[in-house]
Amino acid sequence: MIINGVTIDATFAEAFPMKATRAIITAQNEKWAMISAQAMTGFATSVIACGCEGAIERVLEPSETPDGRPGVAVMIFAMGGKGLAKQLETRAGQCVLTSPTSALFAGIDGGIRIPLGKNLRYFGDGFQSSKLISGKRYWRIPVMDGEFLAEATTGQVDAIGGGNFLVLAKSQPQALAACEAAIEEMRKIPNVIMPFPGGVVRSGSKVGSKYKTLGASTNDAFCPTLKGATRTDLSPEIESVMEIVIDGLTKEDIDKAMRVGIQAVCDLGAENGIKRISAGNYGGKLGPFHFHLQEIMA
Amino acid sequence: MKALTLTLKNSPEQRIDMSPLACQLLKALAIEDIAAITLQSGKRKLRVDELFTIEGSDSQQLIIKNSHEKLDFIGKDLDGGSISVVGNAGAYLAMGMKAGDIKVSGNAGLYAACEMKKGYLEISGNAGDFLGAALPGNKMGMKGGTILVKGNVGQRAGDHMRRGNILIEGNAGDYCGSRMTAGTIAVMGQTGRYLGYAMRRGTLLLWNQPQLSASFNDCGAHTLAFLPILFASFRTLNSRFADVTQSFNRVQRYAGDMSEMGRGEVLVKI
Repeated sequence: MIINGVTIDATFAEAFPMKATRAIITAQNEKWAMISAQAMTGFATSVIACGCEGAIERVLEPSETPDGRPGVAVMIFAMGGKGLAKQLETRAGQCVLTSPTSALFAGIDGGIRIPLGKNLRYFGDGFQSSKLISGKRYWRIPVMDGEFLAEATTGQVDAIGGGNFLVLAKSQPQALAACEAAIEEMRKIPNVIMPFPGGVVRSGSKVGSKYKTLGASTNDAFCPTLKGATRTDLSPEIESVMEIVIDGLTKEDIDKAMRVGIQAVCDLGAENGIKRISAGNYGGKLGPFHFHLQEIMA
Repeated sequence: MKALTLTLKNSPEQRIDMSPLACQLLKALAIEDIAAITLQSGKRKLRVDELFTIEGSDSQQLIIKNSHEKLDFIGKDLDGGSISVVGNAGAYLAMGMKAGDIKVSGNAGLYAACEMKKGYLEISGNAGDFLGAALPGNKMGMKGGTILVKGNVGQRAGDHMRRGNILIEGNAGDYCGSRMTAGTIAVMGQTGRYLGYAMRRGTLLLWNQPQLSASFNDCGAHTLAFLPILFASFRTLNSRFADVTQSFNRVQRYAGDMSEMGRGEVLVKI
C-alpha cells in the first residue's frame, strides 16, 4: 500500500491489555490546571520503568468540568489494577493536592472504583470533611490556600496499551515534523493518550537485551546508524525513525487515533522526506491486540 | 393504569394511622383487598373504603385527595413508588422512607421524614417540629435522601441528622441542626435561636446571618469549591434552590459546635 508516496508496510502493531483510569483536574485558570496535570503525568512514559503510562488527554472547557472551572483530563494506564491505584494515589497526592487552587474529580463514572481522594483525606489530620452529592462522595481537605476538593473515587476500566506506528524518513527534522503533525491530529481523538515526550518516542525498544538485567533494549533493526552493522529493517535512504505509542480505552479508539496520525504523516508525503510507515510487534507472541496498518488505512 | 386515588370522605374525628398504605405493601393487592385494609383510628379500626372513596388501580402511584392533618404515618417505610398528598399531612410523614417520592401540597405535622433513609420528600407548605430528626430516644435521624420544604419548618429540624439534604425555602425554628452528625441543611429564610446546638459535623448553609451561640467560631470568608457542585445537584428540583441566581460559593464560615467535637460548620452567604 502506498499513500502519497509513503509505503505502508504489511505489518501490525502489537498491543497488550492494561488497566486505565481518568481524572479531571480543575484550577482557578487553565494555566494552573495544566501545571498540575503536567506534574501528575510527568515521568509516566512507559511501564518499563515508570510504573505507569500517563498523559494529558485534553483541555476541558469550564462547562465540561464538575465545578465549572477550567480543567484538564488526564489518563493513566498500568499493567494491573493494584499498580494503577497506587500510581494514581501517589501522583494525585504529590502533584495535584500540592498544586495551588486545584480540585480533582473522577473522569470515569463506571468500572471498578479506585481511590482518588479517599485516602488523600488523611492529610486533613481530622479536619477533613466529606459531602455526598448526587451519590458521589467528595472530600474537602483544608490546605493553606483554602480547601482541596477531591472526589473519593474514580473508575478503573480495561484498556489497551502499546498501539504504535513508526515513521521512517529521509532526515531527522523531517521525521520529527511528520510526528508533530500526527500528534496534533491524534490529540483530537478522545480516550487515547500518547504517553512519550510530546507524544513521540525516538528510542523504540525491542524485547530483551544482551545484558541479563535489562528486559528491553534499543530496536537495532530500526536504528539508522546500524544499517551496516546489524540485521537492519531500513533501506539506505532512511536516516531517522520515530515512533508514536498509543494507549487507549478500546481497540476502536486506538484504530481511530492511528488512522488520523498515519494520514497526517502521509499528507506530508514523500516530497517531505517521509518514506515508510511501519509498526512494532513481537511476532504476535506478546499481545493479543493486533493493529494491522494496511487494514486501518484501507 | 390510572393512579390509585383515595379521596377522604369526611374530616376524621380521631387520628388515623396510614402506614398500611405504603406503595410496596399494596403491590400485590387487588382494589377490593385495598378497600378492606383496616386503619387504626383512635381505639377503632376502620376500613379504607369507610374513610375514602377509591378510584384508579395503580397502587405504585398513590394519590391521597382531600387529605387532613390527622392522617399520620403517610408513606411510612415507603420503599419505591410515589405518593401525592393533596392537602395537609399529619405527623410522621415519610418516616423511615427507603425509596420513592412523596409530595405534599399542604402542610406536614411533627416528625416529617424522621429517620428517613433515602428518597425524596417535597412539602409545599410548612413542616412541624423535628423534620428529618430521630425519634425520641434514638440517636440517628435522617440517613439519606432529600427533603424540600417550600414554607417554614418548626423547631429541631435535622435533629441527630446523619446524612442527606434538608432544603428549606422559608424560615427554620429554634435548634435547627441540633445534634447533627453530618449532612446538609440549607435555609433560605431566617433561622431561630440555638442554631446547630451540639452539632458534631455537617453543614448549615444559610442565606441570612443567624444569631449564633458563643460556641461557634468565625473562620473567615472563603470561596468553597464544593458549593457549585452542591447547587448543581439541586437544578432538577421544583424549587428556588434550582434557580442559578440563588447559588453562591462565597461564604463566611463558622466552625462548631465547639462544645461538641466542633467539626460542623455554618456557612453564611456573603
